[in-house]
Amino acid sequence: MIRPHRTHALWYAFILHRISGVALALFLPVHFYTLALALTDPERLDGFFRWTELAVVKFAEFGLVFLLALHMFGGLRLMALEWLPWSDRQKTLAAGAAAMSFLISGVFLLRAI
Amino acid sequence: MLTVRLYMLQRITALLMAPLVLGHLAVMIYAVQGGLSAAEILGRTQGSVAWFLFYGCFVVAVSVHAAIGLRVVVHELMGLKGTLLELFTWATAAGLFLLGGRAVMAVTLS
Amino acid sequence: MSSDADELEVSVWRGDNASGRFEDFRVPAQENQTILDVVSWIQQHRDPTLSYRYACRVGMCGSCAMMVNGVPRWTCRTHVKVALKDNRISIGPLRNLPVIKDLATDMDPFFDKWVAAEGMHHPSRTRDDAIEQINPEDASRQEANKGIECINCSVCYAACDTVAGNDDYLGPAALQRAWTLYNDAKDAGKLNILEAVSGKGGCHNCHSQGGCSHYCPNDLNPMAAIAGLKRASALSFFKGRK
Repeated sequence: MIRPHRTHALWYAFILHRISGVALALFLPVHFYTLALALTDPERLDGFFRWTELAVVKFAEFGLVFLLALHMFGGLRLMALEWLPWSDRQKTLAAGAAAMSFLISGVFLLRAI
Repeated sequence: MLTVRLYMLQRITALLMAPLVLGHLAVMIYAVQGGLSAAEILGRTQGSVAWFLFYGCFVVAVSVHAAIGLRVVVHELMGLKGTLLELFTWATAAGLFLLGGRAVMAVTLS
Repeated sequence: MSSDADELEVSVWRGDNASGRFEDFRVPAQENQTILDVVSWIQQHRDPTLSYRYACRVGMCGSCAMMVNGVPRWTCRTHVKVALKDNRISIGPLRNLPVIKDLATDMDPFFDKWVAAEGMHHPSRTRDDAIEQINPEDASRQEANKGIECINCSVCYAACDTVAGNDDYLGPAALQRAWTLYNDAKDAGKLNILEAVSGKGGCHNCHSQGGCSHYCPNDLNPMAAIAGLKRASALSFFKGRK
């Protein structure tokens, strides 16, 4: 997938935005389905929450939080690129978006474990 | 495969969701400590008009946003176009809206 | 630096749109040598049937762009030393365009999209009117100036993954031309331009990957021009024009 013409920073920003977007869209139906259990089958929902206490699941949750933050900050960067006066600091802004996402998901992980 | 109309819908829902995502992240970081339970979530959300509006807006916006986003991905990577692409977009939006709406009802209605 | 070797190992694409393969050649290495020199040497000394396109050899005409080691480049101004990897160079036809033969691509889709983006002059006066005075310090003139050095070489078009994935997408060069004309006080077609770049192949399909700006041999910034079109069309959308 990473071919010679795709080795510049903003291409990596693009692919992260796309992967996080698709991953979140695929996760959403699962998320909605489990939450709806609160009404139909609270026992199963609590069973699901006990499952999320597993370390490996906690780490997967960290991944999801990271993807969500990344998609939001990356998206805000794109809208700033498109609608605000042009800035030549796009690489820095993309790196900043990734750093902020890591910070937020890191806080989540520390609280979760 | 975006016209200006779909592009604006995509960006407006994105702008709408930015504060909602920040709120969602804050709640997750707050609520995750000590583990989650159905009772804890329902205690916070059940019967609350504010949470109904918060998550309701979120579901509407994400249904539109994700449908348009996936539309672009399936067009560019799988070559889906024409009526099939329109069907895919509408089905994704409707599916997410129905599933999401059901989840919002489940946790906010008392 | 491996260019100290006497000979370069060069693979050149032979074939057309339907089929083809890379053919290997050994080319004498020179101290000063461009990729176009290498291609010309092969055509003159090894295989006169090798097809490729060039004209000015000084980076003005925009006809000699090719894929060099997987990235689009203007070959007449690309020194072998810049592109060489392990004494090897692969040279192929530009990406995202139909191949006529060997290294010559069919540029018709590229220029058809130029026209489809309204990348032509829309006169605001007749020959009987006085010539409009333009202030070079004017903000819109400055914005237009940023894009006028485009040589239509199609390097940005070959670098763009959105072009690769979406047949209708007009591409960075045509959209940059549209943005340049949009900012030109002497162009009377602003609404035509906005409409042309707002369809299913328009500027809104751009993902801001920035390959266009990264590879543009003249250091232009089509990504910023496309962002300008998005901003203009969003404003127009809010004003209810479309």
